[in-house]
Amino acid sequence: MPAGTIRRETPQTAADAAQLLRAAADEGTAVRIAGAGTKSWGHPGAECVVRLHTGALDAIVEHNEGDLTALLQPGVSLRELDELLAGAGQMLALDPPLGAGDAATVGGVIAAADSGPLRHRYGAPRDLVLGITAALSDGTLAHAGGKVIKNVAGYDLAKLFSGSFGTLGLIVELAVRLHPRPRAQATATGTTDDPAALARAASLVAHSSLELQSLDVRWEAARGTVLARFGGVAAADQAVAAQRLLASAGMRAATVADDDALWALQRAGQRSAEGGAVVRVSGRPSQLADVCVAAQVAGATLVGRAALGVSWIALPAAAPGELVTAIARVRKVLAPSPCVVLDAPAYVRTHLDPWDHPEDSALVLMRRVKARFDPTATCNPAVFVGGI
Amino acid sequence: MRTSSPPTAAASSDAAHAALTPALLERLRAVCGRDHTYTDADQLRTYESDGLLQYRATPGVVVLPGCAAEVRDVVRACADAGVPWVARGAGSGLSGGALPVARGVLIALTRMRAVLEVDLPNQRIVVQPGVTNSEVSAAVGPTHFYPPDPSSQIVCSIGGNVAENSGGAHCFKYGFTTNYVTGLEVVLPDGEIVTLGGKELDQPGYDLLGAFVGSEGTLGICTSVTLRVIPVPESIKTMVAFFDTTGEAGETVSEIVSGGVIPGAIEMMDNLTIQAAEQAVGAGFPTDVGAALIIELDGSRVECDACFDDVVAICERNGAIGIRIAGDEAERAAIWRTRKAAFAAMGRIASNYYVQDGVIPRTKLPEVLARIAELSETYGMRVANVFHAGDGNLHPLVLYDGDGEAARAEELAGRIVEACVDAGGSITGEHGVGVDKKRYMPRMFDEPDLAAFQMLRCAFDPRGLANPGKVMPTPRLCGEVPGPYRRHPLERDGLAERF
Repeated sequence: MPAGTIRRETPQTAADAAQLLRAAADEGTAVRIAGAGTKSWGHPGAECVVRLHTGALDAIVEHNEGDLTALLQPGVSLRELDELLAGAGQMLALDPPLGAGDAATVGGVIAAADSGPLRHRYGAPRDLVLGITAALSDGTLAHAGGKVIKNVAGYDLAKLFSGSFGTLGLIVELAVRLHPRPRAQATATGTTDDPAALARAASLVAHSSLELQSLDVRWEAARGTVLARFGGVAAADQAVAAQRLLASAGMRAATVADDDALWALQRAGQRSAEGGAVVRVSGRPSQLADVCVAAQVAGATLVGRAALGVSWIALPAAAPGELVTAIARVRKVLAPSPCVVLDAPAYVRTHLDPWDHPEDSALVLMRRVKARFDPTATCNPAVFVGGI
Repeated sequence: MRTSSPPTAAASSDAAHAALTPALLERLRAVCGRDHTYTDADQLRTYESDGLLQYRATPGVVVLPGCAAEVRDVVRACADAGVPWVARGAGSGLSGGALPVARGVLIALTRMRAVLEVDLPNQRIVVQPGVTNSEVSAAVGPTHFYPPDPSSQIVCSIGGNVAENSGGAHCFKYGFTTNYVTGLEVVLPDGEIVTLGGKELDQPGYDLLGAFVGSEGTLGICTSVTLRVIPVPESIKTMVAFFDTTGEAGETVSEIVSGGVIPGAIEMMDNLTIQAAEQAVGAGFPTDVGAALIIELDGSRVECDACFDDVVAICERNGAIGIRIAGDEAERAAIWRTRKAAFAAMGRIASNYYVQDGVIPRTKLPEVLARIAELSETYGMRVANVFHAGDGNLHPLVLYDGDGEAARAEELAGRIVEACVDAGGSITGEHGVGVDKKRYMPRMFDEPDLAAFQMLRCAFDPRGLANPGKVMPTPRLCGEVPGPYRRHPLERDGLAERF
């Protein structure tokens, strides 16, 4: 094969995918794995001769309506799945931004551990995946977990593979837990121009006995908003109670019944404009005011899951060198909270470690995990933490 | 558990493992002190079983380290000597997960009982592994609580909960241990201390926390645990509905859940279980009904109130012959006491029992219950059923009298587990595989699956010293440890770099 040729592969079956990985491992070529390709995150990685796309593995294998579970192939579009489940009054409680053309796939979202505002109540992707089948670079198909929502038989490889960026193998099937769609939704909002007041109000709601579906904050152009969303029969009543709580914290508070646009904006805040960058901060809720200030100083917009301590700082478009400097400054201010670079031009992701991960004993263990599952470094080499 | 079954062969210590030597014993004494290093036969006997008394093995020594550094030094000493070890919390596990390796080292974490930090602003608590499950909720109360609530919560330890990924009655709504552990300090089997996660979520890298929780003590020992806690619900409403048949009760569960209500807990007891529990607790449950369904709604008051009427209507529509609503905390406590006494109360209607922990998709409940009834008849043995109905986790209790029936009871229990797997379920929902269920693992997992499990095991414990003989159906060795990380050819050629 001539040098520089890229082979694009779209396996039709799980077995084909496993064979493909095995063949690549045998010939010493690396495989870049992608779903819809809506998330170019991590280190740009090594150039791979084989590009594996999951587009043909797009079957909804089972929807077990009465059991609130589904069995999916990785290439299933999250938006199409949502439309199908809506017909049954159910949902997969995963609402990350879906990327260009709403193309994000279930496999891609799980492999990248991406999530949206629903995470407050329903957990991260790892909390919704009940079982997986993975194609490994030794050509085998291994499955772990199961299709039931409670199961402790064997190691929880579904969690290990969630967020592993395809570096351990290719997820070829996943069993997920579904939830009933809330019968009604309503949101309470509160605004302020003081980061400390924003953090106090968010904390007040987070520690209240209100049963939230989502609790977000937003900081943009020197102004902050707390957004508390409720789902259920009494959503509107709960939103009124939250509005009172926000007002008691000194905010200008309101309730919004037709709230979809508000939340679409929150999701969009997890992505950057062309030429910009997004930094995901793994912080503590008590740091929220500091994270808002860091965003403001950087001229950025922030969205965050207030009770979880996870925030996304979207830096506006700038020359790549300036972005690198801006990201370094945010990291310095917020250290030791990990600040992971998600969206960013390749230059940026080459000139700093997007993962912000120290050389520690956990990284040594992660390398050992990689070496056991993919000893030939066939799957998505050099994109992940520590160059895994 | 009451049982007098003859001891079964212990989990076999791998032939490759060394035995305890006087030199190792001395080193362990130097680490933990003589007072915390047990070698007398009487002392060792206390540790020969966990909550599953069918299995017994006498360890060579029991050590009770008092801090993470001592745990590290104990594990390192074992690694140097090539001697296998087993970690043990409260010893209340029901799968033989803490069964010692005969003549090996047993590491009891019972002295490590400190609550290290309560951080309510961030809804976290940091504890040592020997802290009990109930103590965690007590430490963050009354404003917050820790949701996973195994029935043994008064005695069981958080370290054990982490090892087993423990559940409980409230996990259908709130999730399991693994959904609440955000950080761990772990002593790896080579004696290295590694920190996984912390108070912050989404730390970069592999989800080793997710891999470790539920690994049944085979990947290392956690020496500190950071847990997420949540605000207590504003309102809790508890009721029990009685039905003529478990089928009607099962239909009710399905209708409640598919209607969009996620109860805090939804538990079913069959007639035999009600009889036993009523004798023990005397809460006034009718003993002539086919099934009792305990339903608890919690959350905001307006939401609870709105849903509660729906739930009552669903029960009535499905043929409930009586509904009792807890009017106050005492009545709620009586309902729960009846449910949580179910296992212990079996002693009142049979001298022995064998408990299973299978899981099924909820919609398969009627067919699996019919199968259990059929098996019960075939074997001529009574089976009492109590289950976490929301998540399809069954606890069939095979009742028997006299030692002679133990083997048949176990056989019947095994066929029930097979029925669960055939229905698309699991061999264990919360008790763990341990030594007791490892023989059923091949019913759920094929060779490539088990090989993948072993990959994880080998990354953490290439010499197989941590709790050997558990989880995996047959002993396995790790292949050659792969060498230092290989540079990718493109990286070597300067076409790519890594950090």
